[in-house]
Amino acid sequence: MSETKKFMYINRKAPYGTIYAWESLEVVLIGAAFEQDVSVAFVDDGIYQLCKDQDTTGLGIKNFSATYRALGDYDVNKLYIEKESLDARGLTLDDLMPLKYEDENDDWAEKDSIHVVSSQELAELFEQSDVLFNF
Amino acid sequence: MKFAIQVNEGPYNHEATVSALNFTKAALEAGHEIFRVFFYHDGVNNGTRFTSPPQDDIHITNNWSELAAKHELDLVVCVAAAQRRGIVDEGEQERQGKDGNNIAPGFRISGLGQLVEAGIQSERLVVFGD
Repeated sequence: MSETKKFMYINRKAPYGTIYAWESLEVVLIGAAFEQDVSVAFVDDGIYQLCKDQDTTGLGIKNFSATYRALGDYDVNKLYIEKESLDARGLTLDDLMPLKYEDENDDWAEKDSIHVVSSQELAELFEQSDVLFNF
Repeated sequence: MKFAIQVNEGPYNHEATVSALNFTKAALEAGHEIFRVFFYHDGVNNGTRFTSPPQDDIHITNNWSELAAKHELDLVVCVAAAQRRGIVDEGEQERQGKDGNNIAPGFRISGLGQLVEAGIQSERLVVFGD
């Protein structure tokens, strides 16, 4: 198990309508222990997973949005948001949680985990990945 | 080619389960290796032996069990997803204090690490679901 692969988790669904988003996040967290090269992509309604100020009180189900903030501590710090999906929903980066991580190779400087990329750039990232987990 | 299969949907509700079954059969018949079949989300519902569809319908769970027996397939049901949906083996029955279990022959309950390991060990991970 010493081989390192490029893992790409693709999140396509809104956080609470179905359980895919939450159970995907569970895979990412467990997978972090395997020390692979991990990226996470958010496309289509999947970008709603990272929206600020999520409140599930009215739904009566668990709000798991705070868990995304822990990703940086698990060395999961390459989060890619598809620009076209943001634009189509009238959202900007300001609508998303400011997810950060501390870069151990740069004197623990705090850096943004979120990168907005075009559909074309995302396709290239998928192409460069070894394993695509699709949620 | 060494494949890993991920099944994300429940049987009958979604064609993904039968597609996964057919793909797995076809891959084995073509001489490929199936490293593991991992059942996640509602896919864990493939693994209950209490399934009893009408006689003129496909018995999806039995198909998996028979395939596992014939090819020594590793059918793994995610423990966290199974606990949410009431899929129980003897170990879980004891740990959770349940009055029975329903895991089908050939299936076992284990952790998400088994899915990640399957991604690392296989040449292709094929995901079935929405």
